[in-house]
Amino acid sequence: MSAPGNHRFVSTDRRVREDRRFVVGKGRFVADIGLPNTKHVALVTCPYPAARIVSIDTSAALAMPGVLYVLDGEELAGATLPLMTGLDTPNVPRRPLAFEVARYAGEWVAAVVADTRALAEDAAEKVKVQYQKLAFVLDAEQALAPGGVLVHEAHGSNVLLDKTFTWGEVDKDFAASPRKLKLRVKWGRSSTVPIETFGVVASWDPWRDILDVYASIQMPKYPEQIAMGLKLPASSVRVHYDVDVGGSYGVKRGIKHSVLVGYLTRRLGFPVRLIEDRLENMRGGDAHGPERLFDVEVAYDDQGIVKSMKMRALENVGAYAGRSPFQLGKPIGAIVGPYKIESVQYRAIAVVTNKTTQDAVRGFGQAPTNVAIERMMDEVANALGLDPIEVRRRNMIRHEEFPYLIPSGTTYDSGDYHAVIDKVLAHTSYEELKAERDRLQAEGKLAGIGIAACLEPSGGNASFEPLLNPKNPTTTWMDSCRISVDLSGAITATMHTTSAGQGHETLLATVIAEVLERDPDGIRVVRADSLNSLPSNSPVGSRMAIMLGGAAFHAANKLKDKLTTIAAHDLGIPLERATYRDGDVFDNDTPERRRSWADLVAIAHRNFHRMPPGLEPGLAVSHVYQVPTGGKLPTADGRVQMYPCFSFEFHMILVAIDPALGRPEIVKYRIGHDCGVVINPKIVRGMTMGGIAHGIGAALLEEFAYDGEGQLMAQSFMDYLLPSSHEVPAVEIIHHCTPSPNTVLGQKGSGESGYLGAPAAIANAINDAIRPLGVSVNTLPIRISALGDMIAAAQDSKGQR
Amino acid sequence: MRIELDINGAKREVEVEPRTTLLDCLRDNLALTGAHAGCEHGVCGACTVLFDGVAVRSCLMFAVQAQGSKIVTIEGVTPGPGELSPVQDAFCETHGMQCGYCTPAMILTAHALLADNPDPTREEIVEAISGNICRCTGYAQIVEAIALAAERLRGTNRPSEL
Repeated sequence: MSAPGNHRFVSTDRRVREDRRFVVGKGRFVADIGLPNTKHVALVTCPYPAARIVSIDTSAALAMPGVLYVLDGEELAGATLPLMTGLDTPNVPRRPLAFEVARYAGEWVAAVVADTRALAEDAAEKVKVQYQKLAFVLDAEQALAPGGVLVHEAHGSNVLLDKTFTWGEVDKDFAASPRKLKLRVKWGRSSTVPIETFGVVASWDPWRDILDVYASIQMPKYPEQIAMGLKLPASSVRVHYDVDVGGSYGVKRGIKHSVLVGYLTRRLGFPVRLIEDRLENMRGGDAHGPERLFDVEVAYDDQGIVKSMKMRALENVGAYAGRSPFQLGKPIGAIVGPYKIESVQYRAIAVVTNKTTQDAVRGFGQAPTNVAIERMMDEVANALGLDPIEVRRRNMIRHEEFPYLIPSGTTYDSGDYHAVIDKVLAHTSYEELKAERDRLQAEGKLAGIGIAACLEPSGGNASFEPLLNPKNPTTTWMDSCRISVDLSGAITATMHTTSAGQGHETLLATVIAEVLERDPDGIRVVRADSLNSLPSNSPVGSRMAIMLGGAAFHAANKLKDKLTTIAAHDLGIPLERATYRDGDVFDNDTPERRRSWADLVAIAHRNFHRMPPGLEPGLAVSHVYQVPTGGKLPTADGRVQMYPCFSFEFHMILVAIDPALGRPEIVKYRIGHDCGVVINPKIVRGMTMGGIAHGIGAALLEEFAYDGEGQLMAQSFMDYLLPSSHEVPAVEIIHHCTPSPNTVLGQKGSGESGYLGAPAAIANAINDAIRPLGVSVNTLPIRISALGDMIAAAQDSKGQR
Repeated sequence: MRIELDINGAKREVEVEPRTTLLDCLRDNLALTGAHAGCEHGVCGACTVLFDGVAVRSCLMFAVQAQGSKIVTIEGVTPGPGELSPVQDAFCETHGMQCGYCTPAMILTAHALLADNPDPTREEIVEAISGNICRCTGYAQIVEAIALAAERLRGTNRPSEL
């Protein structure tokens, strides 16, 4: 991977420093935190999709030796505040334990505390809850229809959000267009499902008034939200960010777990831990992802140029708000994908149902939206008999048109989409791929080529919050870095959040080393706790290369400036005559006159008499970095700059389907990827490969399916299928680098790469394969069983079987 | 009940309930926290240990069943403080991980594979790790790590030093 500019460490194929501790089993995950006298929580869950809690009898549980406490929703609701949602829906309170009414099967009703987890589980079975079953609703369309079952009676409807945006002359463009096309696409309820479940350990110190929290968390403003729930000042909550998180991809937001154990440790006086088991994680852990129905309509011409688009997105968020409704908002920042669609109408609807609550999932709603856009692009090509790559090329923003303002108010920073496609096709001949498809078809298989092109909005801003809720005028989503050089001359950098495998310690060391021209391996990276940290909004929204990298870059430059200033003063030369190189500073006019790194460290730490006037002693700098391009509220007509950077990916795959089984096999997978300047190639490659694997799961395997009685059918890894090494094909990544003008090194985000386009590419490939049978499939995941049945029925009707 | 286990070449006495899984025993009684709980129903493989040289799920067996067998955990294949085994080093070289949660199990599975088959094909590596779910990487850099480790080990001509 090449990068512009002469970087010494950035973009070079260096090892990832975090890996050393993981390969020897010395990661420090939350379940490894052993505080003395810690007690364990197990949960009592509601077996019905909707039920009034009539009574809870805890006597048998409490009579068991080793059982210490049973907490119910009434006590907890009396002592804590509902969890923050960011929406203006005060009558849809979300609480850690159901209070009066439980609203989905698996919702937590009571928490049992015991000496061991096994004892707590035994006792949970002895808690007798009397329920009165209530009517329930599972389907989003039914929940939306007036007069039906209400999930939250006091709210008066099941609608949390229903906003229609019109950007540009949609009606006029549709009226003037010679061709129109409608499509319904469904994204099934899946999630990120990390191998480590969510866990949290909390310990209250009543003599210091501090709640220590260790958690498997990836969440903005986590300490503040715990504090709010527990009615404590945030300065009484100390979240330890040096806990390794065993995968998250957005979803590790156990705020309800954390308020629950925070309350328990304060109530009971000893440390309390809750580590979800897999069933708790999948059912009551509130970690599901989008379940979204799209109705897309486009107006296009005979050349396949898409002029205007109407999109209705209906999200089934489950029983409570979580972060899910906002996942309808982020895609607004890339609502036209990489295309020059001139006008858009977007209706975003979020309804509550009696299903598990959702939280943030990789891409924050972008991957489902991309399926809708990319299925539409293929159908336009198909309707005109045009090649799907050619149609995309015709619609794509050209390199010379950047920066490019899309109708919804976001300006795309940079890109060279046509060049990326050219590179992919130079690597793998399209004609040969088509010939291979034809060969597979001749062998009796169904075979199709899948194309998807999409963007990865990156740099994680929160502009969707004020856009969807005007009472929430958030316009910053900053991140920070602190750097100090100690008396020995060693550099220590501090970050202020957790990581879940993204390699942030490597990122920090690389960027700081690049700026300071020092060995990255000599730079210590540590994590503050929330009481001695600078602001961070955590690694969400594909943002850390941009935001943590940006903060580190600026902090390192402050340090470099300070060292140069000290040296110039000590050398008695004007600042502009001093040059910093490899940590030393020399006089441009007399290069042998210099101050070494060690000299400068000594002056700063010991020799105030040699310091320039007005400069602080020591070498400690920090930088709080605002999101580039951020800071503005949306306009009255709903336009806003969403994210600062837009990475591009182009998927081209070949899928073969055994017609008798309906089993799709990905025969070839190529992806062209442009995320600007790459900080660490190993990390970016891994993220893209992992994103594609995750996308294969969402497209073909994974679904939190419910039966008609409101019971979650996927309650284990035998029902919820994660891709294994057999399901993930060899993937070839073709790199391109279009630097972002909005970032310090030209970097863009990559944490969601692969996942944002893989489901669309797979859906398009399968549709290409089954198109000769006169059928199509637009419901994800595309399961083997459904595909097999559809193929058999189509063949029967054509007399082909 | 009191049992004696052979863990990483040392005899360890532990007091467990009959229902205690080997995984819980390793983590809670012996502080060998490199074995991780992922699903606790035998699918994800994050709890993998070597049981008489075979990669098995420690969540699917009771600690008492491990008596009389040799158990090796990730702590047992690490050569010493600050030192990595060739397999561990290869995982670092290719970045065959991200969050690190499935990694110890993946490495033990790789050790078991390479002990049996010093020159595995890509397909054999894919097959060997197919019982270990990694959610981060899409497996490519894991497969490359194992292939690299195999190549380096063949080069050393000392396969016993896995």
